[in-house]
Amino acid sequence: MNRPPQRPASSDLERYAGLFASRTRQMKSSAMRDLMALTERPEVISLAGGLPDTSTFPAESFASIMARVAVDSCAAALQYGPTEGLGLVKDAIRHVMAAEGNVVDPEDILVTTGGQQVIDLVCKTLLDPGDVVVAEAPTYPGAVPTFCAYQADVVQIEMDGDGMPIDALEETLDRLEAEGRRPKFIYTIPNFQNPGGVTMSLPRRKRLVEVAREREIIVLEDNPYGLLRYEGEPLPTLLELGGGDYIIYLGTFSKILSAGLRLGWAVAPAPVLQKMNLGKQGADLCTSSLTQHFVAAYFAEGRWEPYLESLRDLYRRRRDTMLGALAEHFPAEASWTEPEGGLFLWATLPDYVDTTDLLARALQRDVAFVPGRGAYLDGRGGSSMRLNFSGVGDDEIREGIRRIGEVLGEQLELFGALTGRPPGAGAKRTPPPRTRAADGAPEADPELADVLHLPRPGEQRSRRGAGGTR
Amino acid sequence: MSRVAVLKGGRSLEREVSLRSGARVEDALQRLGHEVHGIDVDHDLVRRLRELQPDVCFLALHGRDGEDGTVQELLEILGIPYTGSGVSACIRCSDKVLAKHHMVDAGIPTPAFVAFTETAFKQLGAADALGEIEARIGFPMVVKPADQGSALGLRIARSAADVPAALVAAFSYSSKVLLERHVAGRDLAVSVLDGAALPIVEAVPEGDVYDFDARYEIGRTRFVCPADLPDAVAARARELAVAVHELLGCRDVSRVDLLCDDAGELHVLEVNVIPGMTETSLLPQAADAAGVRFDELIARLVDRALARQPSLAKSSGVTEATPAPRR
Repeated sequence: MNRPPQRPASSDLERYAGLFASRTRQMKSSAMRDLMALTERPEVISLAGGLPDTSTFPAESFASIMARVAVDSCAAALQYGPTEGLGLVKDAIRHVMAAEGNVVDPEDILVTTGGQQVIDLVCKTLLDPGDVVVAEAPTYPGAVPTFCAYQADVVQIEMDGDGMPIDALEETLDRLEAEGRRPKFIYTIPNFQNPGGVTMSLPRRKRLVEVAREREIIVLEDNPYGLLRYEGEPLPTLLELGGGDYIIYLGTFSKILSAGLRLGWAVAPAPVLQKMNLGKQGADLCTSSLTQHFVAAYFAEGRWEPYLESLRDLYRRRRDTMLGALAEHFPAEASWTEPEGGLFLWATLPDYVDTTDLLARALQRDVAFVPGRGAYLDGRGGSSMRLNFSGVGDDEIREGIRRIGEVLGEQLELFGALTGRPPGAGAKRTPPPRTRAADGAPEADPELADVLHLPRPGEQRSRRGAGGTR
Repeated sequence: MSRVAVLKGGRSLEREVSLRSGARVEDALQRLGHEVHGIDVDHDLVRRLRELQPDVCFLALHGRDGEDGTVQELLEILGIPYTGSGVSACIRCSDKVLAKHHMVDAGIPTPAFVAFTETAFKQLGAADALGEIEARIGFPMVVKPADQGSALGLRIARSAADVPAALVAAFSYSSKVLLERHVAGRDLAVSVLDGAALPIVEAVPEGDVYDFDARYEIGRTRFVCPADLPDAVAARARELAVAVHELLGCRDVSRVDLLCDDAGELHVLEVNVIPGMTETSLLPQAADAAGVRFDELIARLVDRALARQPSLAKSSGVTEATPAPRR
């Protein structure tokens, strides 16, 4: 309990504030920090994390791999490594990328400390203060502090059920160009987007790589979840479609093996990769050698694909559990995306419900989610929430969604009482039909929609679309 | 020296701030030579206090449980002296509605207000009276939870259309909500220490509202202490703060938040019985401006608590007499 002695500190504020770099003014702590601190209590069912379920990794395998690293590579695992990463790890990366149809040269790979470091290095390499970054809306909340730290001006493009609309992107790029501002890069998560849960369609992918080449703007393709597809046909990566031109690809072992290893990678055009390499030297010299040897040994065992398959089975079931629970417990006014893979879905509520406030109420029932505002930089997203279905078991998912539905129902009832407009007559949504119409949307009888407050056919797209379409 | 338990953390929405206050208080107590035990308040609080047998508890527990008299009641039962106000003053201050009623009754200026429970809207049709409420209070109107220490759940409704969503937000934090006339003006905090007002702190926010982040983040809000006010206004603010401190029966320390409108009129908003002790908190700044360093501030609060006999001897029991500030 002994703390080091400190100087009297009543006037520390002024002293330290004067020392801060101007960029720290953009480094805002999350508005929800104090709420999120409460989500970590053990009794809370947390649908808030972005956590893969690492409990399924066999402890014996872990032990034997670590033992092998200790015996075979002791000195090397305890030593610095090359900044660009170990060759053995690059072999594993090429293996993983081949599973999604990408053929890459080891020279084009930079091994990083988690995928997050790629975002940081790309910003470090490309951005001057005030430079424009184009991102999806909503975007990965974890990228926001990075963009802010580099004083980026982030412009967000509202997504629909097929990801980022490229025509809207081009309009935005035209507008920016007319203002004399040329974005340095476009940040996208094409597969099972975090937090939106939507996937960019093939036509849009093709057009996006054309746009990047025509306008000479880099696309940062963040692909942590591509191999976690639970239904439907895989789509080619932007890297593959674009042949590498103007694409920086971000990969990670976090979701297919372990987030705790902190191991990711970038594939980028050689001139960009060289600068990123220099940036990484300044950041951490090299990624943990111990971690890299662990991953190399794991892939040498050749059991990564069966393990991945087991994760897919697990998460597919949990996703279905969550979708079923949402249909049962969320009010008719709510809509949500139905992701074909990944870890998250995005639910949108009536605009008078603020999900930050809803979280405060939900925490009183020991359940948590991520309020949507963190996924926007302009204050939007207040009526949406991100729900994670990979981190906890089926029973907890069902109970967690039931409790959120309960507090949501209370808020809707209150709003109805305040405005004299009863919400959806308190009707529970009937489970949506599992069969799908040709356009991919669930079938719904338009007449029933009037009675049961099912989304009208025209609204089906917005049900499947990401936020903002309420 | 004494064995001091610093109670902090807990489950309230101000947990993080409380942990920071607590850590800073612990540092000071150690420098003062006390045996210090930090306790992150949880289910086992009573058991830990029984084991530890502290001479005194320093309360750095903000928000519910810490400021509403719950922990104070428990410490009274256990016979452990604690810093700051007693049970009844905590109850009066943490319920902003109750505090404002006391102020109105005593003729202390506080913005016009109405308060309702969620039940009133859901079961008694209070919504039908919203028109009258809005007419009485006017716009813009502040809608906030009745017992929330931070700015979470606080909304400013600029027209009738904003009111329902603002109420839904505020009821997320509390079963009772306060609708209050919005007073445009300067944000003042007057800390009262041992019955005397400390120099006034003015919080000058960067953004539109003095929001939750700004309050606790270094560099987001500019503080001016002593506040640059006309002498008469400053004197009146200090006088009001002491009057409210005494009216509500506060003990040893409190922080009274006021607004000074454009005409120089003062309006008391609320009283905090466990003011923050973080690097950006207002009480330590005010004390510093009065020449009371942080360690001395902490020492005085501990000494006051130690000087009190455990009040188990109270005959009628639950709360102290009202209003009976010890000094």
